[in-house]
Amino acid sequence: MKIRNLLILLVALLASYGMLIAAAELPPYGIPDNPIHNQVSERYVNGALEDTGVPNIVTAIVLDYRAYDTMFETIVLFTAAIAVVITLKSWKKAGER
Amino acid sequence: MKDFILKRISAIILPFICIYGFYVILHGHISPGGSFAGGIIVGLSFIAFSTVYGTEKGRSKLPEKVLIWIESYGTLWYGIMGMVGIVKGVPFLANKLAGINLGEPGTLSSGGLISLIGIGVGIRVASTMVTLFFTLMEEES
Repeated sequence: MKIRNLLILLVALLASYGMLIAAAELPPYGIPDNPIHNQVSERYVNGALEDTGVPNIVTAIVLDYRAYDTMFETIVLFTAAIAVVITLKSWKKAGER
Repeated sequence: MKDFILKRISAIILPFICIYGFYVILHGHISPGGSFAGGIIVGLSFIAFSTVYGTEKGRSKLPEKVLIWIESYGTLWYGIMGMVGIVKGVPFLANKLAGINLGEPGTLSSGGLISLIGIGVGIRVASTMVTLFFTLMEEES
């Protein structure tokens, strides 16, 4: 049992060492040249008003660029509500009081 | 609950909360906010009403049939709005591609399909909240 605990500690230390090395390689926060600032977000920020005619960029993304996502999001909400109603509602049989 | 002050104050405040929720839904595309947030506010006004006045009274304001109707057809409304693109010969849920007049940015009627979709999403989010509340508050008899 003791040896097993030591082994677990060793494996955990090794894994956290690897993750810390990976975290040290991450680009610094808030630099404009970071790889996440690619042409997609640039297109959204600069072209949202022209493409959709809506000043609120969040609404433009949610209901126009990512309309499929929102559509199935509402279907997920619908399914969740139906599931709760089916499981928790007290269905009374006919004649039962 | 039988608290007189609570009943009077909520009777004064709750209509304004409900109207504010519809304002947030309708202005979702030109001001901060949106259909999800506005739907939550509208649902919250009904939930607060039935917390103060009792679930039975709240249920009489919004019967189960109406809630189910809103919920199903609100989901279908999104699909119908998406079909506009297919009818015009462009991809599903297209807005500017479908040749819809986007209007002047910043006015209430701008945005083409976005405002119409937003109304449907907001109303059915509200009905989902109220349905979940009524189902969970149902007394065992």
